[in-house]
Order: sequence, then structure tokens, then C-alpha cells
Amino acid sequence: MITANKKGRLTVLGAVAIGAMVALAGCASSDPLSSGDSSASGDGDTLVIGSQQYYSNEIIAELYAQALEAKGYKVDRQYQIGQREVYLPELESGKIDVFPEYTGNLLQYYDKEETAKSPEEVETALAAALPDGLTALKAAAASDQDSYNVTKEFSEENDITSLADLKNYSGTLTLGAPPENAERPYGPPGLKSIYGVDVTSTPIDDGGGPLTVKALTDGSVQLADIYTASPLITENDLVTLEDPENMILPQNVVPIVSDKVDSDAQDVIDSVDAVLSASDLQQLNSKSQTDKESSATIAKDYLTEKGLLDS
Amino acid sequence: MNLFLDAFAWLADPAHLSGADGVPTRLGEHLWYTIVAVVIASVLAVPAGYLIGHTGRGRTLAVALTGGARALPTVGLVFLLALLVGIGITAPMIAFVVLAIPSVLAGAYSGFEAVDRKTIDAARAVGMTEWQIVTKVEVPLGLPLLIGGIRSATLQVVATATIATVVGAGGLGTYIFRGLRSNDYTQMLAGSIVVIALAVALEVVFSIVQRLVVPAGVTAGRPSDTRSKAARPGAVTATPLTKGTQ
Repeated sequence: MITANKKGRLTVLGAVAIGAMVALAGCASSDPLSSGDSSASGDGDTLVIGSQQYYSNEIIAELYAQALEAKGYKVDRQYQIGQREVYLPELESGKIDVFPEYTGNLLQYYDKEETAKSPEEVETALAAALPDGLTALKAAAASDQDSYNVTKEFSEENDITSLADLKNYSGTLTLGAPPENAERPYGPPGLKSIYGVDVTSTPIDDGGGPLTVKALTDGSVQLADIYTASPLITENDLVTLEDPENMILPQNVVPIVSDKVDSDAQDVIDSVDAVLSASDLQQLNSKSQTDKESSATIAKDYLTEKGLLDS
Repeated sequence: MNLFLDAFAWLADPAHLSGADGVPTRLGEHLWYTIVAVVIASVLAVPAGYLIGHTGRGRTLAVALTGGARALPTVGLVFLLALLVGIGITAPMIAFVVLAIPSVLAGAYSGFEAVDRKTIDAARAVGMTEWQIVTKVEVPLGLPLLIGGIRSATLQVVATATIATVVGAGGLGTYIFRGLRSNDYTQMLAGSIVVIALAVALEVVFSIVQRLVVPAGVTAGRPSDTRSKAARPGAVTATPLTKGTQ
């Protein structure tokens, strides 16, 4: 009995030990910031490309990576790094060389007092706000920001295509949005003070996902806060309301690069952003979310189509 | 400690105490959802539990089913149901009822099972019908355990009702999720404190009810769970000597 028990225990111990070793080994090789990693920017000509923990951001990073590889650069992919608090210090210290960012949020990270509003103003302010050693390349037309959407029928029936048109709507307006929207400057307080519109906010905590769209299409809410890059907007024929007063901070895609990225490499990255339109980004995201393709496949197909992989 | 002081200050702020998003309104919603969920769960589970307890059949199935239901991730269930029925309280309510049923069911059938078989045989011997045995013997004797089951179901629902807000149904979770998503931990903690206070208040109510429902004959004849020495039956705990000193 005792031996059997002991054997059983040893097996369990062994299994745990092996499991732990495998898990630890996995951590070691996937730790993007480990100093022992020989492929990190320590050696001369490899560019380290990072991405946020967000599928759409990874696709953009992969676009840069493959475009650079096609031109003969060596790249090291360090994707899915958490939040700005984590990866920006790594960018500043030169451990990451290229990172796709979003103009408005990045500007707010470096300068909370900034009052720039239009996409152009924000881009200019961002260039000034970045610390030494980091450069913002030209922002793409594609953006990934909050936007207020209505159904096509609602837009046509009430002749509403812009946030400014909402104040002419006679019924009550309910807004489906993530919980934090209720207190954001672009949430109900901003709609009231900037556009004179009264809305009641209903929290739907799926980040502008399918449930938010369902609430909009079944009429539970009239307005829905959905990210502009979401494929759900075109898939459901939604109308994104214009924001003539620039109430919502623009979040255009912008690559942040370190000094190691020379002007030729910058040109390569610029060539990607020059073609990346808002609808392109929606389609790329749709391929990831709906068709479940990998970021590598999505990027390869897109760059081939745009002729950016020809060396 | 500062965060706690901030949270209490947040709760004391008159701006947070009125209107559709005020604490009283949210507290009312939260309590209402809890009561409705537990009542629906009881209506469904108590008769089923009594049937299982009285007949002794179907226990294995009930244990397996309710055990499985306990393992359901409630947040996932809420989103899944909401995609079918839309936003609002319907989806979370179904999830809360599913969450509450196992405890109530277990309370109902274990209450019946805990009745001494001799007592039931005695009831049958004095000529009680099956129905009388159920209503006059098993139900009163099983009541404390049933209330215990309802009590733990209530506690689970009152804590879980915080997720009603993720599909726009309000409740105290509104503060918790809004605070969480906008890094406003004061608001988050304030919401949590109210949930905790509500849970504690309900616990107090239930512990009183649970005492009150013990039939008088049972209290007199069986070991009480109070700590008073006098109430302990001498045969079990007291030596003849201590008994003599009473």
C-alpha cells in the first residue's frame, strides 16, 4: 500500500515538475524583454518590432515587419506586450525599435494637458511631446477610435448623419457604450456641452462588440459607441456619425520608431501607412475576427495586394 | 486606508445619493434582482427538492445536475443569453436563477433527508397520510436546512448581481465596472462596500429567520447550537459532576 502510494506521489511530483519546467521554458522564450535574448536589439542590424495586446495592433505591427523583411531588414517580433506603462519605457530605453501606436492616446500619455483636437493638430502636438530618441512617423489615414453609430434606417428616417444633427431628434436617445464612457469627456457630458444632446448611457461591457450591435439593431439603444476599426460597422450597415467639433480625440495609427530605424527603413514603414485607409483596417480586422486568419497571413495578403512585398 | 476614506467620502457625497444613478436607486435595483432571482429559484427548486427528499429518488441525478450548474461561468452565461434576448435584466436574471437553484435544491432535499426515519415511522404509525407526513413532519423539521440553502443562494446572488450592469441592467455593479474600466478605484471600492453591507445585512436577517423557524419541540429536545452549557445535553458533554453543580 505504502509503496503504491509513494509511487503515485512520485508520479504526480514528476508530472508537476515537468509541467513547471515546460511552463518556465515557455516563459523564458516568449519573454520579449529578457536581457539574455540574443535576438533583441543588442546585435547590430535587427529591428525589434513590438505590438500591444490587441489583435488589430498586432496586424499593423506585422505589416511593418513583413514590409521591412521584404526590403532585406532583419526583424524580431515581440508582440502582445500589455499596456503603455509597460512597453513605452522599453521603447524609450531602446529595447524596442518599432511600435504601432494611436495618436490621441499616446499624446495624452505624454501630455495630459494637451488641448489639440483635429487629427492634424494631434499629430503635430505628438511630435513635440515625444521624448528624445523616439520619432513619430507619418500617421496613417486609418484610425481606431471611439465613434457613435446608428443604424442605417435610423439615420435615413431622421436625417441624422452627424452628432450635430442629434439635437433635432425629438425622441429620447439611449446610448450603448462601455461602462467608462459615462464619465469620459466624449461621453454623455461632452455630447451635452458640445452638441447640446441629452443621452442616457446604458453600459454594455463588451467593448463595442456583438452585444452592443445587437442592442442597436433591436432598438434597445439608438446610439452605440463602437471603435472605428471594428469590422462590425460595415458588416451591420451602421452609419458612423460625423464629429464636426472633434469632440472625440483622433486615434490615427502612427508608428513610433527609435533612432536605430534609419531613413530607408522609415520610408518602408511610411509606404505601408501611406496606403492604410480606415476601411482597409476594418477589412484586416474582419479577416482576423470573422475569418480567424493569423496576423501573418493577413499581412502577407494585404502587402502583396498593395505591391509592397516586391523587393 | 486612504482609499477606504475616499470611498466613504464618495458614498457620503450628496451627488451620488440621488437620481437614476444614485446609490439608493442602484441599491434598490440590486436588492430587487436578488429577491426576484431567489424567489424564482425557490419556486422551481423547493417542490423538486421536496419530491427528491420525500421519495429518495433522483438524488444522484439532482446532485449531478446542480453540481454541473454550479460550475457554469455566470459572466459567460450572461453574455450568451444577452446575445439571444438582448440587453436588460432578462439575461442576467436567468443566470442568477441558475446560480441560485443548486443551493436551494440541496437545502430542500437535505432538509427532508435529515429527518430521523424513526420520526417518520412514528408519524405513519399514528395514522398520518403521506401528505400529512410531508406537511406536518418533514417540512417543519426540514425548514432550518431549507432556509440555510436559501441563505447561501441569496449570498451568491447578491454578490453575483454586480454583473447585471455588463448588459446594461444597472445594480450596484454599475459603480464597480465603471470604476474598474476608468481606473476610478474610489468609485469601485465604494460600490463594493455597499454590496458587502447588503450581503451582511441579508445574512443577519437570514440567521434570525433560521433560528425562528426551528419548531419548538425540536429546540426543546435536541442539542442546541448555542454555546450555553446549560443547554447541552448532559449525556454528551457534561460529566455527572458538572451536571450536579447546575
